[in-house]
Amino acid sequence: MNQTITIQPITRIEGHASIKIWLDEKGNFSDARMNYMSLRGFEKFVEGKPAEELPDIVCRICGICPWMHHLASNKAVDRCFGVTPTPAGHKLRELMQTIAHAEDKLLHFYFLAAPDFVIGPDADYAVRNVVGIAKANPELAAQVVKMRYLVKMILDKFSRKTIHPIAGVPGGFSKPMLEEERKDILEKMRQVLDFALFTIDFAKKNVFPKYLEAIKTLGVITTGFIGTVDPSGAHNLYDGKLRLMKADGSYVDFDAQDYADYLGEHVEPWSYGKFPYARVWNEGFALDVDQPRGIYRANTLARINVADRMATPRAQAELEEFRSLFGRPAQATLLYHYARLIEEVYACERAIEILEDPEITDPNVRAKVEPKAGRGVGCVEAPRGTLIHDYSTDANGLVTRANLIVGTTHNLGPMNLSVKQAARTLIHDGQVTEGILNRIEMAVRAYDP
Amino acid sequence: MGVRVASEWLNSCSGCEISIIDMGERLLDVLKVADIVHIPALVDSKYFGPLGDQKHLSLPEADVGLISGGIRNEEHLEVALEMRKKCKLIIALGTCATHGGIPAMANSWTPAQMMERVYSTETTDRPEAFPSEGVPAMLDVCYALDEKIKVDIYLPGCPPHPDHVFNALVALVKGQPLNVPTKSVCDTCPTVRKGKGELKQVRRFLQAPQYRSADEPLNQMRCLLEQGLLCMGPVTRAGCGGDAVTPRCIAARVPCRGCYGPVRQEGNQLLDMLNALASNGIDIKSIPNRPLLLRFSGGHSLLKPATQERRSS
Repeated sequence: MNQTITIQPITRIEGHASIKIWLDEKGNFSDARMNYMSLRGFEKFVEGKPAEELPDIVCRICGICPWMHHLASNKAVDRCFGVTPTPAGHKLRELMQTIAHAEDKLLHFYFLAAPDFVIGPDADYAVRNVVGIAKANPELAAQVVKMRYLVKMILDKFSRKTIHPIAGVPGGFSKPMLEEERKDILEKMRQVLDFALFTIDFAKKNVFPKYLEAIKTLGVITTGFIGTVDPSGAHNLYDGKLRLMKADGSYVDFDAQDYADYLGEHVEPWSYGKFPYARVWNEGFALDVDQPRGIYRANTLARINVADRMATPRAQAELEEFRSLFGRPAQATLLYHYARLIEEVYACERAIEILEDPEITDPNVRAKVEPKAGRGVGCVEAPRGTLIHDYSTDANGLVTRANLIVGTTHNLGPMNLSVKQAARTLIHDGQVTEGILNRIEMAVRAYDP
Repeated sequence: MGVRVASEWLNSCSGCEISIIDMGERLLDVLKVADIVHIPALVDSKYFGPLGDQKHLSLPEADVGLISGGIRNEEHLEVALEMRKKCKLIIALGTCATHGGIPAMANSWTPAQMMERVYSTETTDRPEAFPSEGVPAMLDVCYALDEKIKVDIYLPGCPPHPDHVFNALVALVKGQPLNVPTKSVCDTCPTVRKGKGELKQVRRFLQAPQYRSADEPLNQMRCLLEQGLLCMGPVTRAGCGGDAVTPRCIAARVPCRGCYGPVRQEGNQLLDMLNALASNGIDIKSIPNRPLLLRFSGGHSLLKPATQERRSS
């Protein structure tokens, strides 16, 4: 019958993508692809613009993680202009980024992913969503909406604008933190930490055990990983060196400034999104489920795989438990959700650490900058993966060239592999149900694209 | 049955949808009176049916259709036309939908020029041809929504403040008239203006504006434009502060960049700003990059490849 199935749009993700599945005459898997459907061209249209304006432009790449683009961009411009942010400016940036991670993971786990696990992968699509959760478990839903809003409004109130932030500036931050603001945010982040600990316990008791079989099989592939670690090898979200790990666990560490020596981007004729791969492995690029070449993954699972340890105590305890169950590196795709909740605990603990640092209220938040010719790479860990902004400027500080590798794109190759693997495993003899198609989407959703 | 709401995102970033979620607990109130029949970010409804086997893109019928993002490719156009067909009322949500937004900055180049750069960066293995299989073809430029379909209500903002989204939905559910801000950012800005000044040049935003201390109220800080910073407040629609009114950027001690688009829907932020500066005796040659004044409103043919060439020559 040579049937074609189109899943479009992929829903409960944060971008524009679709899946095509081709079945042979017997109704069995022939091939599958995940297409990335849109192209906006940021790498082109930032050319000629004053570099100090870029942090407020490139944040529009993503309305869910605008802080990540805003801050990677600020770091790149700092380098172009040869300026080091003041200590308080640096800390305020990291604080905002860390709290933004804490918000993002709650959003993903409860609003986007949870319907598959709480309502169930085979449930009617009309209730398999956050509204369905609100009806099935109104108390939990009310608590979730309240806590996510609490975290989001910390960012909004202090930085004044959190969807498309403006407060990070080359040289540091635009406004200092007052002591009463610090106390207020600290008290709130302690509440969020409690909720993070509740969430990971809830998931370990009520969610993951029910889906152990799916975790072991759905979308499982074997790849390398990338993430950021601090000088001691501990997990870090804001700053450090990049670590690129092979599937066998061996790894190489490098400075983000040298990323182009390690990473390449492959182009397929059927996707506007480019496919980053590990050029340094010298094995090329291949989307072959059984023998992938050049493929590594980014985002939560990747970061906790490459890290020797978590830098905060409760997150470290969770990592130890995780590793005792799944080893290092863990490959099962649905474990991204588990790793996400470990990072949620870290983000809350780290935000509290920064807020307890007396320097956070130092009014000297912004170093003076002068436009000049230069080149700079700014890198942070975005919720969806390692984010790289690389700019060059002319003598007036206008951008002459920009290259961006955005978090989600690292996982475009892996998502394609997971989709192929899931479709191949689940579709037989022309039997296609909504539940099967949703499970294939779940293999994508785990990556939180 | 409540009011049926469908929502779509086109050439956008999903910030508008997150702004909807940022209504917080009010979102739960909205869900009590609205039936969300389609929103890709949150609900699993599909263009080609639940089994992905239908030939034509189809969306459910709705009373209210929210569309964020401009129209950049053939899929966006098809979805916009289908939304128009199935929704009684179309709301252009956010500045990308009302004016093209940041992605319309690309209108200073042709799609070929844009792809040439994207697919030949230093890390990219340059392909023989640009992607074209199974991906929607690019249109010549990024269009604002009303260049392609009729729009009933404009809710600009990058993103629109959650208060405005909430107020608009409540008004629609109750059948009341919409109250959308019509003033300029300056009209709602508390900073101190002393009138025509000594200023002859605008300067780039490379150091903090002057204010006495971190806790100095905004109504004691001198207007940022009068401090010489290129603040787009005079030519930008108010509203970013939501019900609290105070412009967000000014409150963070940074100049307005113009994210709510022009004060009047059909205004031109570049021309209006050049006029405002010139009439105050400020040398407009001191602006480092003029197309940047249209960074949020380059749709409606305001930014064109020729414009870019003229400016840089």
